[in-house]
Amino acid sequence: MRAVASWGRLSAPPHDCIALHERERLIEHITRHTPGLAFGMGRSYGDVCLNSNATLWMTRALDRFLAFDEQKGVLVCEAGCLLRDIQRLSIPRGWMLPVTPGTQWVTVGGAIANDVHGKNHHRQGSFGDHVKRLRLVRTDGELIECGPDQRPDWYAATVGGLGLTGVIVQAEIQLCRVQGPWLDTETLAYTSLEEFFDLSDASEKDWEHTVAWIDCLDRRGHRGLFMRASPADTQEPSPAPRQPLSMPFTPPVSLVNRLSLRPFNMAYYALKKHRAGRAQAHYEPFLYPLDNLAHWNRMYGPQGFYQYQCVIPMVDAREATRRLLEEIARSGEGSFLAVLKTFGDRRSPGMLSFPRHGATLALDFPARGGRPPRLFERLDAIVRETGGRLYPAKDARMPRELFRAGYPRLDELLTYRDPGIQSDMSRRLLEE
Amino acid sequence: MPHPRHILLIGATSAIAEHCARLWVQEGTPRLTLVGRSPERLEALATDLRVRNPQAEIHTQAGEFTDPAGIRATVDRLTAQGPIDLALIAHGSLPDQSLCQQDLQLAHATLEINGLSPALYAEALAGHFARQGYGTLGLIGSVAGDRGRRSNYVYGAAKGLLTRYAQGLQHRFAHSGVRVVLIKPGPTETPMTAGLEGRFAPVEDVARDIVRGMEKGQRVIYTPGKWRLIMCVIRHLPAFVFNRMNI
Ligand SMILES: Cc1cc2nc3c(=O)[nH]c(=O)nc-3n(C[C@H](O)[C@H](O)[C@H](O)COP(=O)(O)OP(=O)(O)OC[C@H]3O[C@@H](n4cnc5c(N)ncnc54)[C@H](O)[C@@H]3O)c2cc1C
Ligand SMILES: NC(=O)c1ccc[n+]([C@@H]2O[C@H](COP(=O)([O-])OP(=O)(O)OC[C@H]3O[C@@H](n4cnc5c(N)ncnc54)[C@H](OP(=O)(O)O)[C@@H]3O)[C@@H](O)[C@H]2O)c1
Repeated sequence: MRAVASWGRLSAPPHDCIALHERERLIEHITRHTPGLAFGMGRSYGDVCLNSNATLWMTRALDRFLAFDEQKGVLVCEAGCLLRDIQRLSIPRGWMLPVTPGTQWVTVGGAIANDVHGKNHHRQGSFGDHVKRLRLVRTDGELIECGPDQRPDWYAATVGGLGLTGVIVQAEIQLCRVQGPWLDTETLAYTSLEEFFDLSDASEKDWEHTVAWIDCLDRRGHRGLFMRASPADTQEPSPAPRQPLSMPFTPPVSLVNRLSLRPFNMAYYALKKHRAGRAQAHYEPFLYPLDNLAHWNRMYGPQGFYQYQCVIPMVDAREATRRLLEEIARSGEGSFLAVLKTFGDRRSPGMLSFPRHGATLALDFPARGGRPPRLFERLDAIVRETGGRLYPAKDARMPRELFRAGYPRLDELLTYRDPGIQSDMSRRLLEE
Repeated sequence: MPHPRHILLIGATSAIAEHCARLWVQEGTPRLTLVGRSPERLEALATDLRVRNPQAEIHTQAGEFTDPAGIRATVDRLTAQGPIDLALIAHGSLPDQSLCQQDLQLAHATLEINGLSPALYAEALAGHFARQGYGTLGLIGSVAGDRGRRSNYVYGAAKGLLTRYAQGLQHRFAHSGVRVVLIKPGPTETPMTAGLEGRFAPVEDVARDIVRGMEKGQRVIYTPGKWRLIMCVIRHLPAFVFNRMNI
């Protein structure tokens, strides 16, 4: 048994870890050790990737490429491949993943199972939109090949399916054309939510990526930094990748706390505002700013942290975001990594995909006393009232009824569920 | 045109060797020959490396790993294909120590695959390198070979054998262009250790140390580097202290 934690480090329960590696033994491993759950890089924050006291099928060593068509930009790879490796392989050849989350240290399988989104949702939708085909192994040994035009119901269940429909072992992904690794970027300071939403609306047409940091402790207004970027025409190759710095150990208490947060936020805002304007940036620091500090999650101390990420439908987005931020400011609980962004109106491919047209807010909170902050219940109320939803990839505590309410296609998904797969999340939110 | 560098990987499907191969095709365009017991696994690896670098020349060859005549025949077939610049012997297997204590058959197989087999491969390749007059031969031992411990001494003894073997080869080739490199990884995140409890180094980092160290012809590579100091302490602990440790 091995202790395995997810990114939020709230707990590290023991797991029976089985490495998936040799292709010819996949079915044997998956059928023999149940109930199990696929585990990629554990970059999910909550319990979606954990299966306490039971099996985890580790996919990290299942990371070989099978084919890359440089004419069409179609890549076939095993499910444990890192998005980082796909980017580094394809960008020098003029192709890039159309969608990546805020870290590239995730596997293809994990990106599909949570149907992850990036800063360009308004342009490219979610990860699943670019999966042409995937291969699923079920715990009864059945092999299912599916895609948007081949057994599309299985594809829709598996994209965003939280790993519950089977183990994805292989995928075919459509990449998109790029000139090179560089982005033209612009950073703008804003001082109210109105300004944020106006900037968002105005940027969606001409900019590939948009995202904003917001100072959630600012009681006077809502100041923040709006960042946008589009692929640059420069063909200059990437500099040699640097080894990231690393948080070498876990401090005894969270470094993110009431004392540190306000000066943190003030300094960050001032610094970035000072350097606001246009620039050219390599895609890695712009798209994955935190990847440069390995193990940054240790900063929150031994008790770990919660992330709260919701999406509010567009009709109520401005008003509800203001109320969410007010609740947060009032609680004095704060988050350094407060991210605000709007999703486009593209329909998500998966039955349980998180993205929908609206505004999404994501915040981190240190766990104190082993409990989520009481604040979350007040935030839930706003999400519930507006018909929004929470992101399972970030969740360790949402109430069942909020999950059901946010995901009306849940019952449909359950008909595709693999009975040999369970997770801590499925036990918390689904099992009787 | 100069010949591409020819690199040979024995036990090529091991995660550590696979990651070394990725670095080699990423940083240059060598000719790689992959040797292992399973043709399908070798082919999967070769396909991956060809996607990573379509210009690299990748060959696979199924080999024999226990029978001495078979090892000789495998190496003869490899060396018949021309000069070899660099060879890495990487195969190994880590079974549960307590099972080895009950089952002599398993203990035998463990000593054989981790000790005898790589040593015989090294011997056969050493002959080739001696005739060639240059080349780098790497052997993957382990920190487990530095001092016998109750938790893994069957495996550790076999790895210890490689330590002495590599020392001997280094002595033999001291005044030639042939370099022998002994690699001692600490616990590394690979399928070999997936089920075990503990802290593991990322296999990519270990592979990078190996590739860099072999390039320099380092005699002994501890990877990650901190294990050099840790094992120096462990080797020198007096028995009355060592025996109290649960390692
Ligand atoms: C710094 C940071 C920034 C992030 N930013 C974003 C963001 O901008 N947008 C976003 O959407 N997400 C974001 N995330 C979340 C992250 O992208 C997702 O949690 C992602 O799914 C993690 O992938 P993983 O490989 O680590 O999978 P894991 O966390 O290990 O697993 C996630 C889920 O996928 C399932 N799974 C994994 N592999 C397979 C497989 N082969 N077959 C079937 N199921 C499988 C697991 O069972 C689990 O349900 C961020 C995370 C971090 C740490
Ligand atoms: N991982 C660690 O923590 C660690 C630490 C110190 C030293 N090492 C050493 O590093 C080397 C590589 O290990 P790894 O972690 O990369 O292991 P791995 O991924 O499990 O690979 C093991 C390799 O050995 C081969 N092999 C095993 N038994 C064999 C047999 N009976 N006959 C032929 N080939 C056999 C396997 O071939 P198949 O693919 O055909 O199975 C595979 O190529 C080994 O020598 C290991 O002892 C590892």
